Amino acid sequence: MAEFSTPTTEQQFAENFAQLKPVMNRTEALYESSRCLFCFDAPCIKACPSGIDIPQFIRQINSGNDTGAARTIYEANYFGNACGKVCPTEVLCEGACVYNLQEVKPIEIGRLQSFATTKVIKSGEKLFGPGADNGKKVAVIGAGPAGISAACELRSLGYGVDIYEAKAQPSGLTVYGVAPYKITNEETLAEMAYLQAQFGYNVHFNSAISSREELEKLEDKYDAIFLGIGLGKTNELGLPGEDKINCTGAVEFIAELRQHHHEVAVGRKVIVLGGGNTAMDAASESSRLGAENVILAYRRAKEEMGAYEFEYDLAKGVGVKGLFNVAPVEITGNGYVTGVKFIRTETKDGKVSEIAGSEFVEPCDMVIKATGQAKQTEFLGLIPGLKLDGKGRIIANAHTGQTSNPKYFASGDAWNGGAEVVNAAAEAKLTARGIHAYLSK
Amino acid sequence: MPDLSINFAGIKSPNPFWLASAPPTNSGYQVMKAFDAGWGGAVWKTLGVPVVNVSSRYGGVNYRDKRLVGFNNIELISDRPLSHNLREIEEVKKRFPNHAVIASLMVQSRQEWHDIVRASQDAGVDGFELNFGCPHGMCERGMGSAVGQEPKVLQMIVEWVMEVAQKPVIVKLTPNISDITEPALAARRGGADAISLINTIQSIVGVDLDKFAPYPIVDGKGTNGGYCGPAVKPIALNMVKNCAQHPDIKLPISGIGGIENWRDAVEHILLGASSVQVCTAAMHFGFGIIREMTSGLEQYMMEKGFNTIYDMVGKALPNVLHWEDLNMKYKVTANINEDKCIGCQLCYTACEDGAHQAIKLNAGTRVPEIIEENCVGCNLCSLVCPVEQCITMEQTDSGTEHLTWKERTEAGTAPTEFEDEKAGGRHHWVPEPSAALGKERHKTLPGKARIINGETTVPAEA
Repeated sequence: MAEFSTPTTEQQFAENFAQLKPVMNRTEALYESSRCLFCFDAPCIKACPSGIDIPQFIRQINSGNDTGAARTIYEANYFGNACGKVCPTEVLCEGACVYNLQEVKPIEIGRLQSFATTKVIKSGEKLFGPGADNGKKVAVIGAGPAGISAACELRSLGYGVDIYEAKAQPSGLTVYGVAPYKITNEETLAEMAYLQAQFGYNVHFNSAISSREELEKLEDKYDAIFLGIGLGKTNELGLPGEDKINCTGAVEFIAELRQHHHEVAVGRKVIVLGGGNTAMDAASESSRLGAENVILAYRRAKEEMGAYEFEYDLAKGVGVKGLFNVAPVEITGNGYVTGVKFIRTETKDGKVSEIAGSEFVEPCDMVIKATGQAKQTEFLGLIPGLKLDGKGRIIANAHTGQTSNPKYFASGDAWNGGAEVVNAAAEAKLTARGIHAYLSK
Repeated sequence: MPDLSINFAGIKSPNPFWLASAPPTNSGYQVMKAFDAGWGGAVWKTLGVPVVNVSSRYGGVNYRDKRLVGFNNIELISDRPLSHNLREIEEVKKRFPNHAVIASLMVQSRQEWHDIVRASQDAGVDGFELNFGCPHGMCERGMGSAVGQEPKVLQMIVEWVMEVAQKPVIVKLTPNISDITEPALAARRGGADAISLINTIQSIVGVDLDKFAPYPIVDGKGTNGGYCGPAVKPIALNMVKNCAQHPDIKLPISGIGGIENWRDAVEHILLGASSVQVCTAAMHFGFGIIREMTSGLEQYMMEKGFNTIYDMVGKALPNVLHWEDLNMKYKVTANINEDKCIGCQLCYTACEDGAHQAIKLNAGTRVPEIIEENCVGCNLCSLVCPVEQCITMEQTDSGTEHLTWKERTEAGTAPTEFEDEKAGGRHHWVPEPSAALGKERHKTLPGKARIINGETTVPAEA
């Protein structure tokens, strides 16, 4: 028997993918907020990439000022609700909570955050609005955490903002890439609708910007262009048999899953290649979709995985098995995937080497490659004078987000190489101010 | 096992825990249930001419997620016919002959007092408690605290009662008075056998922020009530001590006020009470709390080697002095246990803003450091520290010197002038006032993302 039975209805899907951080009710929020010590110069604030004044909003919740709490959160981070739910709080704010040092459960900061933000999202209470029109316009490419955050901040500074988004929905990986048990589509989109209603930016969906001509039009029409384009498709491994049916990229698999839920089919035995957080997500998700066996195959040792420990624990908790020190050499099969041929590896002085003659085939009927996303270097090459670093990341000023083409600014994964929603949200706020400083000269 | 039984001014009880005169003792049903659960005695809800009560009677004070750290009520004395109460008292006494049933009484005229004392005696009560404490409603009619605040009236009524009482008489005192010993002395002069204290404190427990009315709200309005619950224990303890230490009162004391567990009870007893009364805790958690109270009391007595309650009554009294008799040579300073410190820095900010700037922060660690020469040994840091035994106050004087304020005054070494060199803070370092400005980390900035990628957004003028 599989750990989970294959979900066939929306309700079964919701059960298999039950929220890890369900929204608190008022009583729970009162109890939890009561535990906060109100540390001086609180470590949780420092651990938050967006610098939310956490003890302040917790104190506001505790004294019944939930709206004020939401304001505190959104003033620092426009993805307040999403971050409360999808942030790796275990290694950020909650990981920094001083209670950990006393072996007491840290404050559930993420859930308290979502408690406050959910409340204003539901009520639609107006907390913010656009600033006085300053007559200038900014184009934002990509409606992900970076693009939306930049749009909100720019609107509050009085800019006209048009967002161009290739996909049909806003929030980027929040709705297309995060595991469904971290946040629901409804929750994600409700926050996006709330922000748009508050700030009034325009979003053009299904409007990919992909040619030089399109960029030229934007350059003519706008005073500055914000690049919030994120990363591209899953990296090709260059293995024989990679084109076989049921060999897919994790990013593509998860995007399908987020949009089509239980209608997405998974193999009976799934091998996930990779050791990062996306690999953990894909493995967990396969199991929750009813796969009987899910193997997480990583080319180095367990301790060397890039994934957070709690993410691996989460995968193990739903029956995922680890297979370490193995490198894939071929996807076997005849049309459909039938297995992965691995070779065993060993790590010596930090270097991985293959052990000759140790090949074996692990049978499976689905392979998910979670081996990183490609950079969008081809597109970025269309921007005159835009410099990338050796890893294909946009080079930009650390304080202003301005790229080597002064009209272009960047934030998020395309700049940082791939990080959390909270990083993109924090960077974009900073970059929006950088755009403002540049256009105010 | 230690013997928990008491003989309180002639009222015998299997243990010192009595239910105070209040809603939990409104009926024979409740009192029997309480005795069955383990309570030693009950002071019946005050008997008198039955009243009419309002709807919406209680208000609470919550602290964060803790409910009812304070409680108040605007309920009056019993609203049940006297004969019903007396019949039930009789029934309870038949069923529980060894438990203490005390009739709380409140009437007006001498004749009424005589009548109700006799009627209660006939019903079999073990004693009386004269309610001279109720601070709401009844006092407006010249009873309750209106009596307790007038020692002469109090004494006169006690004398009326003593004319017919054949059972011990306890006088219940109101704390709504500047010196509790005055009505206590009046009770003694009137011939009372014991006193009980404190009754509730006149209070408004809160104001509804939408209705602009005090709690509890009766049709949009409210009135002051009587305050009780855990929050009043410190006031009660001080008043119990005052009565217990007074050389002329010399009456058994039934301690009332904020008693919720065995510790609270022991504190009352150590300061001179020889029975204790409980109300709010029973209203909050039910009669079942008695199990923890008796078990805790027994355990404590065993550990301390006390065989009876009387081995501990007033045991802390010799250590409660006037301020002027405290040893000024005694000196403690704070000590932070670095292994236990979790780095919340509450001690730092408390000392910085609320005390003597005797704690500093050092780069590279969240563990604060005590500036010993600035530490006056006030305890504040150890009080705010959330970790048990992390900040301890260590004695730093030799322990051989002893000098009190009284002695200094007598010796003429106490400061007497505005610029006196002998003032305690004369050579104590304090920072320059202007050093207070520009301390960004000391402010709770209004929700702005304060630091992003090392860049601070603090405005220049801050």
